[in-house]
Amino acid sequence: MADPGNIGLWTVPLAVLGGAVRVSTPFVFVSLGECITERSGRINLGLEGTLVMGAMAGYGISYLTGSPWIGVLAAGVTGAGMGALHAGICGLPRVNDIAVGIALMLFGVGLAFYLGKPLIEPTAPRLPAIDFGWWSDIPQLRAALRINVLFIIGVVLAPVLVWALRTTRWGLIIRTAGESADAALAMGYSVNVIRLRATMFGGFLAGIGGSFLSLYYPGSWNEGLSSGQGITAVALVIFARWNPMLCLAASLLFGGAAALGPALQSVGYSHGYHLFNAAPYILTLLIMIVTCSPKRTLIGAPAELSITR
Amino acid sequence: MNFDKISRRGVLKGTAALTIGSALPLSSALAKDTTVGFIYVGSRDDYGYNQAHAAGAAALKKMSGIKVVEEEKVPETDAVEKTMESMINLDGATLLFPTSFGYYNPHMLKMAVKYPKLRFEHCGGLWTEKDPKNAGSYFGYIDEAQHVSGVVAGHMTKSGKLGFVAAKPIPQVLRNINAFTMGAKLANPKVTLQVIFTGDWSMPVKEAEATNSLIDQGVDVVTCHVDGPKTVVENAARRGAMVGGYHVNQAVLAPQAYLTGAEWNWEVLYPRFVKMFTSGETIPNFYRGGLKEELVKVSPYGPMVSEAARKQADEVKAGLTAGTYVIFKGPVTDNKGKTVIASGVARGQTDPELEKMDYLVDGVIGATS
Amino acid sequence: MKADVGAPVTKAGVGELLRLPPFGRKFGGAAEYVVIPALALAASLILFGIFVALFGKNPIDLYFYMYQGAFGTWFSWQNTLTRAAPLILTALCTALPAQLGMVIIGGEGALLIGALCSTSAALAIPDAPPLVVDFAMAAAGMAGGGLWIMLSGALRHYRGVNETISSLLLVYIALAILNYLVEGPMRDPTSLNKPSTREIGVANMIGSIPGTDVHWGFVFGIIAALISYILIYHTVFGFAARVAGGNIRAAKVVGLSVGKLILIICFLAGAAAGLAGMMEVAAVQGRTNANLAAGYGFAGILVAFLARQNPLAVIPVAILLGGIGASGGLLQRRLGLPDASVLVLEGVIFVMVLASDTLYGRLSFFRAKGS
Repeated sequence: MADPGNIGLWTVPLAVLGGAVRVSTPFVFVSLGECITERSGRINLGLEGTLVMGAMAGYGISYLTGSPWIGVLAAGVTGAGMGALHAGICGLPRVNDIAVGIALMLFGVGLAFYLGKPLIEPTAPRLPAIDFGWWSDIPQLRAALRINVLFIIGVVLAPVLVWALRTTRWGLIIRTAGESADAALAMGYSVNVIRLRATMFGGFLAGIGGSFLSLYYPGSWNEGLSSGQGITAVALVIFARWNPMLCLAASLLFGGAAALGPALQSVGYSHGYHLFNAAPYILTLLIMIVTCSPKRTLIGAPAELSITR
Repeated sequence: MNFDKISRRGVLKGTAALTIGSALPLSSALAKDTTVGFIYVGSRDDYGYNQAHAAGAAALKKMSGIKVVEEEKVPETDAVEKTMESMINLDGATLLFPTSFGYYNPHMLKMAVKYPKLRFEHCGGLWTEKDPKNAGSYFGYIDEAQHVSGVVAGHMTKSGKLGFVAAKPIPQVLRNINAFTMGAKLANPKVTLQVIFTGDWSMPVKEAEATNSLIDQGVDVVTCHVDGPKTVVENAARRGAMVGGYHVNQAVLAPQAYLTGAEWNWEVLYPRFVKMFTSGETIPNFYRGGLKEELVKVSPYGPMVSEAARKQADEVKAGLTAGTYVIFKGPVTDNKGKTVIASGVARGQTDPELEKMDYLVDGVIGATS
Repeated sequence: MKADVGAPVTKAGVGELLRLPPFGRKFGGAAEYVVIPALALAASLILFGIFVALFGKNPIDLYFYMYQGAFGTWFSWQNTLTRAAPLILTALCTALPAQLGMVIIGGEGALLIGALCSTSAALAIPDAPPLVVDFAMAAAGMAGGGLWIMLSGALRHYRGVNETISSLLLVYIALAILNYLVEGPMRDPTSLNKPSTREIGVANMIGSIPGTDVHWGFVFGIIAALISYILIYHTVFGFAARVAGGNIRAAKVVGLSVGKLILIICFLAGAAAGLAGMMEVAAVQGRTNANLAAGYGFAGILVAFLARQNPLAVIPVAILLGGIGASGGLLQRRLGLPDASVLVLEGVIFVMVLASDTLYGRLSFFRAKGS
């Protein structure tokens, strides 16, 4: 009987697809959250720290309570807290938000490692996945279509955010704060409060993105969990032009690029795997080069964003 | 060792004289505690390489008259030199164990030259006659344990495909891969082993991706050589594959899927070294050993392991422990068809040729570069 | 920097720059620059003490061991200075472009590229006298690192790509290049278990400052910082850079070639980090391998920000951070604190110093005396 698992080179695109879904999920959440934050006119580079804190908190709470979903919630709340810290400090006059972001990245990572020491050994309950490939008996296809629940939430969240930004009152307020602080003030809103809420929301999502890393894939807590995913997600937001749907697409692209290396090795092509490890970053850089223009530094950028000035 | 020569030789000349040289400051140290310093490159509870050493250190803490100081996450830069000096100057350490490979040259050697009366023991380094006499290197032939683990894997695999997640294609790793494969082939000559190199010692996301890729390919037994096997073990078990552990016993992470594993046995070696040190005996500069010398061990078999597998594995283990069994004996061809060990040649574990291994044996799918 | 509606204009205009170079300010202003960061530092230490106390450790013990590990003995001092040496140079990689208003965090990448280039230079001329080899190494390292950061600057100027993000992406790319070369084309066949390039040779290694265990890189770092300070605050070029950093439109109106400024400053920034890479090879490792990626670049970012991007202030701040790092080992061994506690402390200091930014010009104590 033919071996259903032997599908030759088709393994590679399937593995890339599966990897795209797996690896991209934290990017989806972090970039969607950062998208909202930046739309309100603030850039939060501290999401790396938020991500790691979320991963640690999610894992710890999941272990203590036995429920991964409570862990996810806890991760989100922790992320919101980090976001509030960021917004609180940036709200003070004369404070540079890029610097604060880098500071909180350092602080968040350090705190997470510190508090997470006892969590390295135990095993916490994990998030479930839905098997969309039950109809197939090719194991690779089934594996690629085993999609985790958080990813599905993320996919649904992206168009919801697009709709919310465009039509709801809150969406309008956030966009106004991002385009012109004066206009928001004229409307009667405190720009700082708007940005606080937007940053907290962004942190909430980033925390959830982090919990995915520790509660699903790779699925355990240790100190090498994140390798700059928080910061690259911020890059993704920029070249997704602050559009949540494009953030989703960019995250998938990034995840696929990250899965390319191991996928190729598994069919025997193992030359230059270091350069494949760098593929996502090279890809991000190339896309940024192509899509940015020197005239309007960042087309479509919220005018209040400090990096555009 | 010739004790006559020691009583006649002068101080600090030649290897034999080291006994006297290290005994002199010890005579005052014997009166109080001996402080032993451990330096880890990663986190002490990584369920892997560093934890194995920490387990050895923990065995020392139970000994009377021994004080242990440990420092973790010390990078392989001049920071480790400062750490060693700090332990020597501020903690009074006289015996140091810098446990990561990259600490040896130039860092530990510099310290050994600077503090000729103290002892530095390095895990994995290649001590040669040119190096200081108060420095030593030890290592365990864990490939013997991987060989036994391979035998079990060969029996237990249903698809005939094994998988190996490796960090870098360096000789110590290649030796493990090859030993594992050759063990599996003893049980089932037609097995293949797929190896994926992640590029570095600790990359959880890449390791998870590699594990999943392997299993997507039909692999049903996975093992690894990375610093922290926890990711590989958990991800493989979650996908329903069987697992061979490494460094320490990871059975608690995947109780049903864990077949057996290759573990370090530092809990036996470190007390041995310390006893030699405190009694004034010289620790050999180049110390190697495998199952026979108890430097490594094989994990207890998991619940899934079949009777046939246990029987053959036990046989091989007994042969290795007795010292009569040779893993790398010819003819051995690599996976490109070249003969790497000629027929009739038997490379025992201490054969220096093995330390330069740069091939993957026939049956392994993958390349070293 | 954001300007809140209603708050006083806080960005330095061209006129202000003409009158008051930061370190030459009148008495009140200068005091502010020292006292406020000192207050922030003190507050961070107190906060960290409270944090540690929550875990059952005695904060007094903490402070004692921090002092002992960093500055308590001559040995501790050497530990601190050794750690500070690369930080001064990598901090300049962030501090120099900051004068232009650019936030570059790519020092780690420039350091690695610089290390690779300098090792290649040394291996290319194995028979030359040591001084020539060292000089070639320094030149190659600075050139390589300089070009790497200049790339980021060029992308900003010609393509509008945000330099913070591009410089960070370049770090990961540099890391991949390092690993690829060290394990592949540049690999020393005898470096079996630790892939490295060939050694540059003991004769070519740079030694320590006589009487200490601190290598010369520390001195080169100080020299580089001094040169940077003079360049930025006492030359026309530096002045032009600061003008462009304050207000790009004004700079262009005045006729400054902003593009040239960006490229040159980025090159100099990268050269500093590249020199750090060269020193790591020539004075510490003797070859290039993955150990060089030890986070010096990222620590340098922290130093630059804490030093308010002032090249001269980088020196004491680097020593301070070196001290914190040096004491980390002692904290691990004596108090059983995990190594991450050093990260937490650094994060807290960073956050407090940035938050204290808001106090400048608002403390009435200083306002009375100041300009």
